[in-house]
Amino acid sequence: MAKVTFLEAIRQAQMEEMTRDERVFIMGEDIICNVFGTTTGFVDAFGTERVRDTPISENGFIGAAAGASMVGMRPIVDATISSFLYPAMDQIMSIIAKSRYIYGGQARLPLVIRSCLFYGNSNAAQHSDRNYSMFMNVPGLKIMVPSTAYDMKGMLKAAVRDDDPVLCFEDSTCWTSKSDMPDDPDFLIPLGKGDIKREGTDLSIIAIGGGVPLALKAAATLAKEGISAEVVDPRSLVPLDKEIILRSVRKTGRAITVDPAHQSCSAGSEIAALIAEHAFDSLRGPVLRIATAETHVPFSPPIEKALYPSAERIIAAARRLVGAREAVDA
Amino acid sequence: MTDGQNDRSLEKYRRMQRIRQFEDLAEAIHAQGEIPGALHTYAGQEASGVGACMALNTEDYMVGTHRSHGHPIAKGAKLRPLMAELLGKATGICKGKGGSMHLSDFSVGSLGETSIVGSGVPVAAGAALGSKMQGNGRVALCFFGDGATNEGAFHEGLNIAAIWKLPAIFVCENNGYAVSTPASVAVPVKDIAERAKAYGMPSIIVDGQDVDAVEAAVAEAVERARTGGGPTFVETKTYRYADHAVNMGRILLDRGAEVDEWRERDPLKLYRAKLIAAGTAADLLDRIEKEVADEVADALQFARDSAYPTQEEAFDDVFVDRLPIPDFIKA
Ligand SMILES: Cc1ncc(C[n+]2csc(CCOP(=O)(O)OP(=O)(O)O)c2C)c(N)n1
Repeated sequence: MAKVTFLEAIRQAQMEEMTRDERVFIMGEDIICNVFGTTTGFVDAFGTERVRDTPISENGFIGAAAGASMVGMRPIVDATISSFLYPAMDQIMSIIAKSRYIYGGQARLPLVIRSCLFYGNSNAAQHSDRNYSMFMNVPGLKIMVPSTAYDMKGMLKAAVRDDDPVLCFEDSTCWTSKSDMPDDPDFLIPLGKGDIKREGTDLSIIAIGGGVPLALKAAATLAKEGISAEVVDPRSLVPLDKEIILRSVRKTGRAITVDPAHQSCSAGSEIAALIAEHAFDSLRGPVLRIATAETHVPFSPPIEKALYPSAERIIAAARRLVGAREAVDA
Repeated sequence: MTDGQNDRSLEKYRRMQRIRQFEDLAEAIHAQGEIPGALHTYAGQEASGVGACMALNTEDYMVGTHRSHGHPIAKGAKLRPLMAELLGKATGICKGKGGSMHLSDFSVGSLGETSIVGSGVPVAAGAALGSKMQGNGRVALCFFGDGATNEGAFHEGLNIAAIWKLPAIFVCENNGYAVSTPASVAVPVKDIAERAKAYGMPSIIVDGQDVDAVEAAVAEAVERARTGGGPTFVETKTYRYADHAVNMGRILLDRGAEVDEWRERDPLKLYRAKLIAAGTAADLLDRIEKEVADEVADALQFARDSAYPTQEEAFDDVFVDRLPIPDFIKA
């Protein structure tokens, strides 16, 4: 057991899976020079055939990953920042998500597309997307948004071994977080298994990615006020561990979702709807959504941060929900 | 020239006949409402598809387009599952989930007939990358139209294939039009093959009505690909007789006498005359035509006799594991 960071967890997962299976290879822009530190030592270990710098052409190389996976390779695409997935929407939506279905199961696309959610650091609207929920609206893509180094490693390794396409979103606000890491080369966390990050009895906070540390911070403060918050981390959005969410809400009777995406059609909205549909009887108040305000992300520091979910917003919502005798406005 | 059944020339003639007759029948029953959705026919372009595919081995990969009936037949696919797919049956090559624009038979190396124009080009580059990394000697051939060469995906795919010297062959089936837009107004170069220059890629322009010429051109490209020489661009000058899609109830573009002029150079007619001139007996060719007619009729019978997929099957193949079936579907 050694403490490693989120980025180091990514590096280890890739290193171990590329060592284990020679069909696994990695490609992306400037990965040989190793911009974020997730491919340290890779060229020495695997050579430039399996560690490929691509031209700046997201639609081209993400499509090439699709083609390579269809003929038996298992590519990991490092698409760096999730905003750069937009030029590749054609290949992601029309080819990667749909090929298996449209050809009646003849195609298999075991590929992973990694990209980070790079927000909260004055990079303006075009570099601050939190866009996993957009991809949830099309069947055929598995979607993971881990919040800890431990989950990241176990899930990324599982994603590489998965026979379906997986979009791996790496919340940059979690990059420096550290976990004790098992040494087992087969340490895997299956996609579709959520995790209770903190037990509680008064309300459930279902948080995604960078929302999880905020929820834990909020829960610690709430505990001092005598409010016991349970923090549920779905870890993957497709497949979604509905049971762990519903079980928690049935226990606590109250729910808040925390999602760094914009609120409309967010993952948090989907989870809120799920709770309303399947656990309505247990609810003692409305399901509240904490998400990013519905405006683009501005460059200027004093006005950026307040738009995102924060521990303070979670605490305020929890107090309203737990203290409420009557209906609460979201 | 021999006249045995296995003769390469006869096989080319047979495959072109299969495509033509398969589509003639499909068009007729589409008009009667037996085939749902749109039908984009390939009639006129048979020499392009067959010539190109005859230069490949069965294990070589191929990626095609919305005009998807010809490519798999050219690559050697069986007709029954293709016809069943047109009718939306469970025995269809895509289990009734792809239909006319997606007739793709993976057993003959087809990795998809994709209906998003240009989207197959990066996929073919990736298949070629896979072949190269696995060192299995396979090549990947991509068909696309003149219109597709205006898409970003086309340029990105070509660029990647060129810089990585991938064993890929890009075959532009230039039939002169994208729906109603002539290539001359949408493409600023005279020959589409000129676009390959930007990627340092050798190119060949070939008469797309001459199946032997197409085969020879693609064979040269395949040879280059297999020996590490990288990708080649092949432009086949061809023509589609029908409107963009058939039985639409409205003609999108009146091309006047141009269609008849191209029909003078019909690839099947030309090839039949060429084979006869080279000594093939006419009745041998007649017999092939008759055999193909029987095959196509058998395929339609098979398709008609087949069942539709069950409602639950709509949830198969989204992922490797079947999705849960919602209650309102089960009920
Ligand atoms: C990305 C995209 N844009 C538009 C269309 C609609 N569309 C279908 S076929 C077609 C024309 C394609 O022309 P070309 O590539 O020359 O192929 P052809 O139909 O001539 O064989 C168009 C515009 C589409 N299917 N995909």
